Amino acid sequence: MTTEPMPTDRASTQIHNIGYRHYDGPRLGRAYARRSLFSQSLRGAYGLGRSAKSKVLPMLLFVVMCVPALIMVAVAVATKAKDLPLDYTRYAIVLQAVIGLYVASQAPQAVSRDLRFKSIPLYFSRPIERVDYVVAKFAAMASALFILTAAPLIVLYVGSLLAKLDFTEQTKGFAQGLVSVVLLSLLFAGIGLVVSAVTPRRGFGIAAVIAVLTISYGAVSTVQAIADTQDNGSAVTWLGLFSPITLIDGVQTAFLGATSAFPGAEGPSAGQGVIYLLVVLGLIAGSYGLLMRRYRKVGL
Amino acid sequence: MTVIATESLSKRFPRVTALDRLTMDIGPGVTGLVGANGAGKSTMIKILLGLSPATEGRAEVLGLDVATKGAEIRERVGYMPEHDCLPPDVSATEFVVHMARMSGLPPTAARERTADTLRHVGLYEERYRPIGGYSTGMKQRVKLAQALVHDPQLVFLDEPTNGLDPVGRDDMLGLIRRVHTDFGISVLVTSHLLGELERTCDHVVVIDGGKLLRSSSTTDFTQNTATLAIEVTDTDEHPDGTRALRDAFARRGIETHTGGELPGAGHTVLITAQGEETYDIVRDVVADLGLGLVRMEQRRHQIAEVFRPAAEQQQEHLASVTAQQTGGGRDDH
Repeated sequence: MTTEPMPTDRASTQIHNIGYRHYDGPRLGRAYARRSLFSQSLRGAYGLGRSAKSKVLPMLLFVVMCVPALIMVAVAVATKAKDLPLDYTRYAIVLQAVIGLYVASQAPQAVSRDLRFKSIPLYFSRPIERVDYVVAKFAAMASALFILTAAPLIVLYVGSLLAKLDFTEQTKGFAQGLVSVVLLSLLFAGIGLVVSAVTPRRGFGIAAVIAVLTISYGAVSTVQAIADTQDNGSAVTWLGLFSPITLIDGVQTAFLGATSAFPGAEGPSAGQGVIYLLVVLGLIAGSYGLLMRRYRKVGL
Repeated sequence: MTVIATESLSKRFPRVTALDRLTMDIGPGVTGLVGANGAGKSTMIKILLGLSPATEGRAEVLGLDVATKGAEIRERVGYMPEHDCLPPDVSATEFVVHMARMSGLPPTAARERTADTLRHVGLYEERYRPIGGYSTGMKQRVKLAQALVHDPQLVFLDEPTNGLDPVGRDDMLGLIRRVHTDFGISVLVTSHLLGELERTCDHVVVIDGGKLLRSSSTTDFTQNTATLAIEVTDTDEHPDGTRALRDAFARRGIETHTGGELPGAGHTVLITAQGEETYDIVRDVVADLGLGLVRMEQRRHQIAEVFRPAAEQQQEHLASVTAQQTGGGRDDH
């Protein structure tokens, strides 16, 4: 690399057929392979390192997630408002359709490609193991979702400081919002990956993820609305356990000072909130377990 | 030095016994693992990679126990699966770089090794195009490249010639040979086609129904089964030259076989070549009878012969003995 060019000018135009060279450099092992798979999958979730076409949707959804935050900040700064128009915790709930679309488009490509093209044995014949593969994919998907959901919160927070809103209040809200999107990212990543890992067909995966995330929310909120008109408050609360986004809503209403988006805006109490939290954590752990089981079958 | 060693290795599934008390030692070089479909070849590779525990017995790869040192083994060996395993939407370079990193190579080394390895397997400009547009032969080369990219000490190649046309097959076999001779990497290659392993391997292991049928060097195989096919002219003195030749051999105590069912086989005498002196005997016998020697060629029995049930071989042997006892009087069709 740093050597001088060959002394004779003839040599510079010659192509040498160098024979096989052995590799005696470092082999960085399992942890490195896991990190590499994580970063490759995370980049892949935003279309980096993939074709130009596959960058379009994730980048577009990222912009769609951030634009409302920018507008709110602009309004808050311009009107010298005392508060942001939307809570940090509420932001992801309002834009949940965008998040759902993102999971549906990216989770299948993260796992079903390796399944469909049977590349899995190539991984497992290397130092990397099943648990590394699952952890790397899960972490990558959750991180991608965290970037998607935390970026607008950062925009809001920075904007609120620029608008000279109350620092402690804003910081507290921002921190609560971050905790909430961490849970949301893990939950959505888990559900999205499990659903897409079941089918090697990407199209089915996309449809199935949309069905699980969006249709469950539609069904739950419809039934909740009916229960609310009949003044059945506790039914509204318990129904919230049956869709991912209402689960997150319940947890953050109970513990993170959020106002619930449930009809009647009551949300679960702290006691019910514990159940919400347990269900969320159970679903995250369950998705991990199911993924491990799924890959036990397909290994080599 | 032993590359792979197994000791009464068994693998039983609820319904089938995939491997049955297999004991073998495999040294460096190119080794063929031959068996019909379902003979236990893929099971063997899985166990040797440390991915599937053996029911009984033990195995070592590169001196490492498969039961406890699986990760170390997988760092030092390469594996080329039988089936398609390549995503069509990425280029060979991207894919092999990724696989190199999965083997633990740092990013820069992964790129350099990928470029080198793809060149060695014979992929040049096309390595930047998506794999989806490759021919079967090119895909097989990419599969081989990903198995070699981390410079393993041993590679397992599972049916590498599957789906290739005769030319592609020869290219792949040549490449496999080079993996050992030029790259210094030992190879375990499986196939159900015996003829091609005969040409490529230093050593052949035949398994059938999970049992070891035979393990020996390829030269042994072909020496033991080398057969001379001899065809002679008829003369006035010997209106049936073939029969006269057969009688002459019988008098010298040399066993002859008929050419079987093949066309023109009635005019061919097959004898087992014991060594150089067999040629001299043939020359002398033919000259004594005053016949013209039309053809004398070495008919290399394919390794397939070892698969032939013993009963059938015995029957053939009996038939030839009967033929000798009746003075070779049986006309061959």
